[in-house]
Amino acid sequence: MDIELMYQENILDHYKNPRNLGKIENATVHHHEKNPLCGDELDMFLVIDKNSKITEVKINPKGCAISVASASMLSEELKGKGIDDVEKMTKENILKTLGIPISPVRLKCALLSLDTLKNSALIYGRYVKK
Amino acid sequence: MQQTKTILDVEQIRKDFPILNRKIHNKPLVYFDNAATSQKPSVVIDAIKNYYEQSNANVHRSIHQLGEEATEAYEKSREKIAGFINADSSQNIIFTKNSTEALNLLAYSLTSSLKKGDEIVISQLEHHSNFVPWQQLAKQKGLNLKFIEINKNIELDKESIKKNITKKTKIVSVGHISNAIGTINPIEQITKIAHENGALMVIDGSQAAPHMPLDMEKINSDFYVFTGHKMLGPTGVGVLYGKKELLENMQPFLYGGEMINEVKFEGTTFNQLPWKFEAGTPNIAEAIGLGIAIDYLQKVGMGGIHEHDKELTEYAMEKLSKVRDVAIYGPKERGPIISFNVKGVHAHDVSQILDSEGVAIRAGHHCCMPLMGVIGVAATARASFYLYNTEEEVDVFIKAIDKVKKVFGV
Ligand SMILES: Cc1ncc(COP(=O)(O)O)c(C=O)c1O
Repeated sequence: MDIELMYQENILDHYKNPRNLGKIENATVHHHEKNPLCGDELDMFLVIDKNSKITEVKINPKGCAISVASASMLSEELKGKGIDDVEKMTKENILKTLGIPISPVRLKCALLSLDTLKNSALIYGRYVKK
Repeated sequence: MQQTKTILDVEQIRKDFPILNRKIHNKPLVYFDNAATSQKPSVVIDAIKNYYEQSNANVHRSIHQLGEEATEAYEKSREKIAGFINADSSQNIIFTKNSTEALNLLAYSLTSSLKKGDEIVISQLEHHSNFVPWQQLAKQKGLNLKFIEINKNIELDKESIKKNITKKTKIVSVGHISNAIGTINPIEQITKIAHENGALMVIDGSQAAPHMPLDMEKINSDFYVFTGHKMLGPTGVGVLYGKKELLENMQPFLYGGEMINEVKFEGTTFNQLPWKFEAGTPNIAEAIGLGIAIDYLQKVGMGGIHEHDKELTEYAMEKLSKVRDVAIYGPKERGPIISFNVKGVHAHDVSQILDSEGVAIRAGHHCCMPLMGVIGVAATARASFYLYNTEEEVDVFIKAIDKVKKVFGV
C-alpha cells in the first residue's frame, strides 16, 4: 500500500484542524465513545430540534489521524440531517467520505465516529425524544 | 562499526529464523515487536512438526511406545526449564498456557486463605495480567490492593516501595522488566523487603526471561512467571516457578484429569507436584517446543544475548534521542524496549508509516492502561529488540521515523 495514499493532504488537514471543534453546553445529546484497543476517544455534542433534525454539531476528538479525520469529515455532513438519516448511515458511507484505503486493523479507528453518532442517536431515541 | 557482531554472530543467528527473509511492502522485514512476541527459529518449528509426525500421543496415561516418547519429551522440557532458571528441581516448574494463566493461578490460589483487610501490593507499572487478577480477587474478598508508585523517570519509587510493603502485606507481585517502558525493577531488593514483612513475593518475568540469565536461588522470590512465546518458543505454553513447600500447600487452580491422585464419589485426592496444577491434556507439542527454544537460547548463551540486546538498545537510544520532536519515556538504563512518541503524531500513525518501510513496532497502551494514565499519554509507540536484530535495522527504523515526520509535516 502506498502510504501517501492513506495520509493524503485532506486527511492530514482534517487531523490538524478538525472542523466543528469544541463543545455545546446545552446539547440535546452529548456522548463520549472510546476505543479501548487504541485509546482513541471522541466527544460528540448534538443539538436536535423538535423534528428530530440535527441543527448544531461540535466534536472533541483525541486519537490518530484516521479517527480524527473521520470524525471531522462526518461532523461536516451532519447539520440538517434527521435522526432517521443517521440511523440509515453505514460503514460504507464513512469509508466513502474518507476516500482512502483502510486496512482491517485501522477500521476501528475509521469507524469510531460512526459508532459515536449511532449511539448518540440511540440515546436520543431512548431518553430524549420520549 | 558492528560492535554487536563481536558479542553474537547475528548474521549466523538470522539464518535460523525463516521469517526474517520476508519482504513487507517490498522491503526487508525489520521486526522490532519482540516484546509482544518473538520470532521462532527453525529448530522450534521443526520440533513441533516432528513431534506430531513421530511421537504424538497423550502424556502420562498411555502405556505404549508413543505415549512414553511423548511423556519423556514433555518431562525433559520441564527439566530444561528448571536448569534454565536454576530452580531446585523440575517439581518447581508448572506448565501453564502463558503468563496470564500463571498469574491467575497464583491470584486465585494464594488469596484463598486471605482475610478481609489483608493487603496485596503491586505497582503502577504492571501489565494488565499482573493487575486485573489481583484487582478482581481483592474486590471479591475485601482485600486491600495497593500500588507502588513510579517516579519522574518511570521507575519504581524507592520510598513508595518501603511505604507500601508492611506487616499487613500478604502478597507482593511486580514485574521484572516493564513491557510498556523497559524499566528494570529492583526485584531482589523488593523480594527482601517483602520477606522481611512476611509477605510472599511473585515476579512477572515475562520480559526478563527472554533476555537475561535467571537464577531462582539468587532472586529468591517465592514465585516467578514467564511465557514461552516471547523467548523463541511457541504460543500456548508458559511457566510458573514456585518454591516447593509453598506449591505443596496451595489449592489447585483447575480441576479435572491429570491433576488427581484418586477420585471417589465422596472426595478426591490430588496428584503430586507439579502435575497437581496441570489439569487436563496439556499443550504437549508447545511445551516440547519451548524446551527446544531453551536449548537454542543456551547454545547462543544468555549472557551474550543480554549483552547484545543491551548494546543494541543503547545504540537505538542514542540515535533516537537525537531525532528532534521525539519524546522517549523512562530511564536511560533499561531492558531492550524503547517507548516513544513523535510530536503531533499518534502512535498508530507512527506504526502504520513504519510498516510501510517494513518496520514492525507496537503502538497503543501495551496492556498498561493505568500506567498510561499516570504518565499522561493515551498511547506510545514501542520498539523492542532481540538477538537477531542489528544496528543496520536500527538505522532503517530511524530513517522511517524521518518519513513519519515528513508525511505529517512535523
Ligand atoms: C510484562 C508482561 N506480563 C505479562 C504478559 C502476558 O503474557 P501472555 O499474554 O503470554 O500471558 C506480557 C505480555 O504481553 C508482558 O509483557
